[in-house]
Amino acid sequence: MNNFNNIWGLYKTSISFTIMALLLLFVGFNQSWSLVLGIVNLCLISSIMALGVNIQWGYAGLFNVGIMGFAALGGVSVVLISQQPVTEAVDAGGLKMLFALVLGALTIVTGVVLNKKGFNKWLITLLVVIGYLFTRHYFSEASDVIEKVDPAISGYLGGFGLPIAFSWIVGGLAAAGAAWWIGKITLSLRTDYLAIATLGISEIIIYVIKNEDWFVRGVKNVAGLSRPVPYEVDMQKSEWLQNIVAWIHRSKFELLSQSEQVTQLSEYIRGASVVFVKLCYSGIFVTILIALIILSNLALNSPWGRKVRAIRDNEVAASAMGKNITRQHLQIFVIGSAIVGVAGALLVTYDGIFIPTTYQPLRFTFLIWVMVILGGSGNNLGSVLGAFIIWFIWIQSGSMGIWAVEMIGSFTQEGNTITEFLEARVHYLRLVFMGTILLLIMRFSPGGILPEKNKEL
Amino acid sequence: MSDSIDIINAFALLTNFVLLPALSYGSQLALGALAVTLVYAILRFSNFAQGDSMAFGTMIVILLSGFMISKDWTISGFPTAVLAIPIAIIGTSIYMLTMDRLVYRHYRRIKIKQSIVGITASIGVMFITGGIVRFILGAKPQRFSDGERFIFSVREFKAFTGLEQGIALKTSQFLTITFAILLVAFLFYFLQKTKTGKAMRAYSDNKELALLSGIDPDKVVQITWLLVAALTTIAGTLYGLDKGFSPLQYHLLLLPIFASVIVGGIGSPLGAIAGAFLVSFSEVLLTYAYKKFLIYLLPLSMHPNSLVQLIGTEYKYAISFVILVIVLLVRPTGIFKGKVIVDE
Repeated sequence: MNNFNNIWGLYKTSISFTIMALLLLFVGFNQSWSLVLGIVNLCLISSIMALGVNIQWGYAGLFNVGIMGFAALGGVSVVLISQQPVTEAVDAGGLKMLFALVLGALTIVTGVVLNKKGFNKWLITLLVVIGYLFTRHYFSEASDVIEKVDPAISGYLGGFGLPIAFSWIVGGLAAAGAAWWIGKITLSLRTDYLAIATLGISEIIIYVIKNEDWFVRGVKNVAGLSRPVPYEVDMQKSEWLQNIVAWIHRSKFELLSQSEQVTQLSEYIRGASVVFVKLCYSGIFVTILIALIILSNLALNSPWGRKVRAIRDNEVAASAMGKNITRQHLQIFVIGSAIVGVAGALLVTYDGIFIPTTYQPLRFTFLIWVMVILGGSGNNLGSVLGAFIIWFIWIQSGSMGIWAVEMIGSFTQEGNTITEFLEARVHYLRLVFMGTILLLIMRFSPGGILPEKNKEL
Repeated sequence: MSDSIDIINAFALLTNFVLLPALSYGSQLALGALAVTLVYAILRFSNFAQGDSMAFGTMIVILLSGFMISKDWTISGFPTAVLAIPIAIIGTSIYMLTMDRLVYRHYRRIKIKQSIVGITASIGVMFITGGIVRFILGAKPQRFSDGERFIFSVREFKAFTGLEQGIALKTSQFLTITFAILLVAFLFYFLQKTKTGKAMRAYSDNKELALLSGIDPDKVVQITWLLVAALTTIAGTLYGLDKGFSPLQYHLLLLPIFASVIVGGIGSPLGAIAGAFLVSFSEVLLTYAYKKFLIYLLPLSMHPNSLVQLIGTEYKYAISFVILVIVLLVRPTGIFKGKVIVDE
């Protein structure tokens, strides 16, 4: 037992990642490779998101409950950057919309500036209200015009038609901007305020995206986003993929007739093209993930990282040493949110479709949290491991639950009401399950699976 | 004289569509906000599970009232759900005390930053509670009100007064306002006059000193959870009677409730009530379409063409957030100076 503990202590990172890899391979051999790669890709995106949250939580103890809002900003920027502009809509209402937005911004800026100069509060309020009413008037006119342009297909302004990879950076910047604004207001106050404010802002971001059709089509979704990787159909025509598939399955083909060989081969190639495309995505995600891990580990071991950890471990002492805590927290909050924004952009890129209703603040924000705390807050590799474990459990427990219900169902008669009830509702138990995991880890192993190593300051 | 009648009509319209809805919504928020503020004052964390706990309490009410209706244990004309509230409060209390025993108590006993651990743990509890509610009742919205819908309806009011615009008083609105007044009166009496209430206030003001004077911390915490359970269940049931039950809607109530608490001053019961009404009136006033109101008051030439709505109804929750941000910027301690506890 003691021996086992020693081995675990020394090699826990490699052991746990190996177990995870074996689990994924097991699913691959038993179910399908396309399924596994689908899980792996989402695990990788979750890892990036968890990394961002870990920077906020693990490095600085900042509590962000609005992860989905920042991810949604990343998603929006994919649409805005990569889609082709709808010229008709831009001609019809683009200028007017721009005017309305500038007017709105001007109203806010005037209000803030006058307030700082100490003008009469009522005068400022009146000015802002008048400005708001004008803005709203032009705004609703412009959005009506834009939404009337071919509503079944477009009905929005479209994007800039730039390469999709560019949107990953823009997504990060958009999330960083929102985070700066929230952090500026709440970080100098008590910790709870940040949590509540992030919850609020993420809800509002998602409300705006769902309701402003002129912006990114609202709940009508934006489908057919451009891709950074080749299409399956094109891959099926490429000769080298055909050759590889034929070579892999050569032993099976010897027994088949010529015509059977052709049909078999085309089926294999179809499967292989799907796997290949998903592998391309995995390649992109892994590259970004590794780059981010290296960067954040370098940062954590630099003088900057020592300062950050000093502040986290003892705010009073750090501030006595002359460190500006609020500014440091703002910096970390912005960096972490930017990474979440990048991950959000990657997620939409991978899906190829932007669906605002999938941003369920409660469910997915929470999953990312469980990932970070399970993996080990403060440890970047821990977040990655946590992301893989939790996403794997989340996906597999869905099918496991249905399987369990069917097992129970097989002992009772057909059409049993209890079984039907369970089948419809069993997936809600995943929420209970995840909540329990979170509470158990917090209580019995606050460090997570891979706790942060105690570094000397 | 048509002019004075028009003015009366305009205000009847405003009473029916703004005053009464905002009053009852504000009362519902106030009860929820009082629960959050109590947890904050005694246990020192923001309870993110509040919305889902309200759904939990309402779930027991829905199940119980369904059972009571099937057995015909009803009073004609009176919503059965209200009769089920006492037993539901007991159920919710048991649930909350269990959660406290299993989750929160541990963190009170070890020296640790209460606010952050409390939030994290309450988010865990929020998901467990939300999951249980969705598992038992499903995620679809449903209505569970029975009995008379109105104390007096628009038609009765019009026949009585002869006005063009009517005012209706819904049973749920009447119950909400009555319950809120009674409950708040009880709560303030309890906190100000009784020995236990005084112990709670002492504990909230200065924990160490309260412990020194022999106040039992476990008892204070348990009483708090009982009060919170009662407030939560009643607030949830009244909201559901008024607007229908849906787990997601209840979860989202967290935002206006938090806004009310912070706007009023976190940890201050009076502030929670004031904040709740500020939030509810802003929400209703800003999303109301003033077209009809203005048609009554303005001469024909100035009649508006548009709805004259300041903000679209879809941004209802955004309003509470904007109020929250403004208050945080201008006066972070809230209107009634609340606790400014730096993390312990």
